[in-house]
Amino acid sequence: MTAVLSLIVFLPAVVAAMLLLVPATAPRRVFTGAWVAVSVVDLALVVAVWLTPGTGFRFEERVAWMPTVGISYHVGVDGISLPLVALTAVLFAACAVFALRENRRVKGYVALFLALQTVSLGLFVALDLILFFLFFDLSIVFMYFLIAGWGHGERARAAALKFFLYTFLGSLALLLGFIVLYLAAEPHTFDIVELVAADPLAGGGPAAGLALLAIGVGLAVKTPTVPFHTWLPPAHTEAPATGSAILAAILLKMGTYGFVRIAMPMLPDTWRQYAVVAVVVGVVSVLYGALVALAQTDLKRMIAYTSVNHMGYVVLGVGAAGILAGSDEQARQLATTGAVTQMVAHGLITGALFLLTGVLYDRGRSYDMAAYSGLAGRTPLFAAAFAVAAFASLGLPGFAGFIAEFQIFTGALASAPVATALAVLGILVTAALFLRALQRVFLGAERLPDAPGTPRPFADLHLSETAAIVPLLVLATVIGVLPRFLLDVIEPASRALVELVAR
Amino acid sequence: MNGMNENPAALLPELFLLGSAVVGLLWGAWLPRTRQWLVRLLAAVAAVAGLVATAVAATRPDELVFGTSYAVDTPTHATRAIVLVAVLVALALSVDATAGHRRETEFVVLLQLGALGTVLLGGANDLLLLVAAFLLASVPFYALAGWDESAPGTEAAMKYYLSGAFLGVAMLAGTAILYGVGRATGYAALREGLATAPVAAAGVGLVAVLAGLLFKVGGVPGHFWVPDVTDGTPPAVAAIVTTIPKIGGLVAMYRLLSVAVPVDVLDWPLLVAVLAAVSMTLGNLAAFFQTSVQRLLAYSTISQVGYLLIVVAVAGRADLAQPALLYYAAGYAVTNLGAFAVVAALPHARTIEDHRGMARRHPALAVALAVCLLGLIGTPPTAVFVGKLVVFTAAVDGGFAWLAVVAVVNTVASVFYYLRWIAPVFRGTDPEPAAPRAAGTWSPALPTPARASRWCSGCWAGSSCRCWWRRPS
Repeated sequence: MTAVLSLIVFLPAVVAAMLLLVPATAPRRVFTGAWVAVSVVDLALVVAVWLTPGTGFRFEERVAWMPTVGISYHVGVDGISLPLVALTAVLFAACAVFALRENRRVKGYVALFLALQTVSLGLFVALDLILFFLFFDLSIVFMYFLIAGWGHGERARAAALKFFLYTFLGSLALLLGFIVLYLAAEPHTFDIVELVAADPLAGGGPAAGLALLAIGVGLAVKTPTVPFHTWLPPAHTEAPATGSAILAAILLKMGTYGFVRIAMPMLPDTWRQYAVVAVVVGVVSVLYGALVALAQTDLKRMIAYTSVNHMGYVVLGVGAAGILAGSDEQARQLATTGAVTQMVAHGLITGALFLLTGVLYDRGRSYDMAAYSGLAGRTPLFAAAFAVAAFASLGLPGFAGFIAEFQIFTGALASAPVATALAVLGILVTAALFLRALQRVFLGAERLPDAPGTPRPFADLHLSETAAIVPLLVLATVIGVLPRFLLDVIEPASRALVELVAR
Repeated sequence: MNGMNENPAALLPELFLLGSAVVGLLWGAWLPRTRQWLVRLLAAVAAVAGLVATAVAATRPDELVFGTSYAVDTPTHATRAIVLVAVLVALALSVDATAGHRRETEFVVLLQLGALGTVLLGGANDLLLLVAAFLLASVPFYALAGWDESAPGTEAAMKYYLSGAFLGVAMLAGTAILYGVGRATGYAALREGLATAPVAAAGVGLVAVLAGLLFKVGGVPGHFWVPDVTDGTPPAVAAIVTTIPKIGGLVAMYRLLSVAVPVDVLDWPLLVAVLAAVSMTLGNLAAFFQTSVQRLLAYSTISQVGYLLIVVAVAGRADLAQPALLYYAAGYAVTNLGAFAVVAALPHARTIEDHRGMARRHPALAVALAVCLLGLIGTPPTAVFVGKLVVFTAAVDGGFAWLAVVAVVNTVASVFYYLRWIAPVFRGTDPEPAAPRAAGTWSPALPTPARASRWCSGCWAGSSCRCWWRRPS
């Protein structure tokens, strides 16, 4: 059972390769069915890993890959990566079920998603910088083809190109930062565990500052934070529903995960030196994301901007974890734990929200909130699910988002009181915008768009859609009510991380 | 006692190329047109034999043969291996375009002679041999450019010849100047001579020699022939002239600068770094709005030369410089040939617009094209990615971090035009234009193994890097 992580990571890719041999004329159930089966098996394996007790990096595998340049195939999970691996497995299973109704070029669609699943899982278990970078880059390539091929027409191609160019620039900046770390370490290595232990750029200096700048910009583009967020709204708006869900729930986490896995433990001195920059960027993202979301009339675009807002809380949390003055270790640990929890919470909730907007588009062929009114009467199940997701997203107690944001604010208050106070205002704005959206779309007199291309009657959630979305919301609620099972996994790892940053 | 190192067996791969070219030329003169494939077969056998000889030679220690004029070391072995593999790919790539042609034999022989010149460029350790190799690597390719006798082909050959003649004369003059001020042509002796030479004269001589080599690799400012030759010749010829001479030319620059020119006399790293930056930037900017796929690939090769010149700029100052150069060159050769193989497979689709919706009609070719172009961008896990990784690392290590940043910006810019080509290929909804027919069975079949080897070399870069690891002694 030592190779279980490799099995989890590469199972989808192997199945994708096998599906490519099946002729595209085969019934689409063959492809969607295989995807559902693979994601369920993967999920079961991840649950098995979760239930295996242990501390530190577990299920480690290390095989020499390019020994002359210090690159190895090194994977393993700890309390920071395991929740994200589980989130990935859950989200892809949900998307697989949701996609049972997909009928456009299903073979390529399923193969791309399976490849994306391998890439996402691989990134979160990677313990080698080049392995991490490989998955980071491939996620861009596969998501590009998904948006360009299955998005909404010509604008989707422009959005996909913008997405590729922006995030590719970010990834190459990241690569430069990795190279500086590699050259600073003696002996030269790209291994994450060895680099963390070696702390090659201890003491700061210009090289360390440049490395953090390159890595920080690379991750900030992917996260995204203001001012590197401009690729996000068009990419989200034009992508298919499942693509948006994966993009928001998984791909954005690759940026924030990079901060806790790479930037903080490998450059602790420099991180502490510039932590206040992260705090400021985080707060600006929180407020800017919320205010711009408030101004949107397009429902999907609005949710996209709330992602900027929610990722801002994560950046605020990791920034606060680097400010030693005025905070004790417990506070910094709380902020780190909150940041990781927020990644999971945002993944579940925003994933569900994007799938729900996909349902809306499927029925009405429009994301314009003004085109809809009074849907609650005609589609009660859809309205209920959307309301639950919206309340979860705005941080109502009882949902995962509240647990996460509460911990971030509590942890950050001591070291960055002004920033935290400003960030709390973000919650107020998100509450306003979600309530307004609910009111516009679901309440009032019934009005449906009658644009051409709306052939079907406006149906409520289908069984497969319900089966995809409701479990996400149930999980978000369970984490909100009984968070210990998650926090017990995260807390030891965030304690270790806080110690690494403070050294 | 000079006879000790005048052992022809040390040049076995070169002799195989030469022998099969001469025998093939004579044999082809008597063969009927339909049987000329035998010459191609002979060339392939000679290339395989050359590869075996290279593998055997690589196990022996490095040496200088024929006085100090020719180096048999890791860069030479790598040049031989890359060029011979490229010859094999080019032989397969050109079957559909040249089989049964009345000048098929000439095509094969010119390819072999040009490849021989390229290998000699890589191994040359003496300025005079360098000039001779330059001519041997140039003249056959001039003829190859005009091989199909079409109007654009003739124009391409003319342009290729004129720029080659001009820069070749400059190179000869530079050699004379360097000999005059350095009082030697062998690299090691030249290094000692240049240490006390007048700086201005040595600088002029070096720049003139580099001009010839830059013409050979198609880098700025010797790049003017590249777009016209690539666009005006059949894809098989374009693939050859944009791939094979670059390998030897870059290794020659690397060897000349790191062995023969002391850095404290002439600041050549800065010169090469600026040329690298200009080359990649100009190639990328010019490629942006090209509509002809061959012209787009032409500018893309100019920018790729820019990335390769980065390594030349840090030659001798970064541990990774030599493996980076050889690995990137190998990855580039396979990837570029793969991209041209796709173009050769659809000879009637000359513009990006003609490739629209190709994924439906030729799904395997479309995937091969996407992998090749993503490979040229340098996304993992392709070979060029590993190449770029080591090149960037060598650049930062050698003190040219700004050049690595320029390369990164250029890489992102290059995504734009490669995607401009990839995106229409996968568009399925457009009405079908007159469907370009595949050329035959050889070139469409080729991209698949080329692709596989590229992914493999990306994945298993470790072992191949290891054998190129040995530093020059």
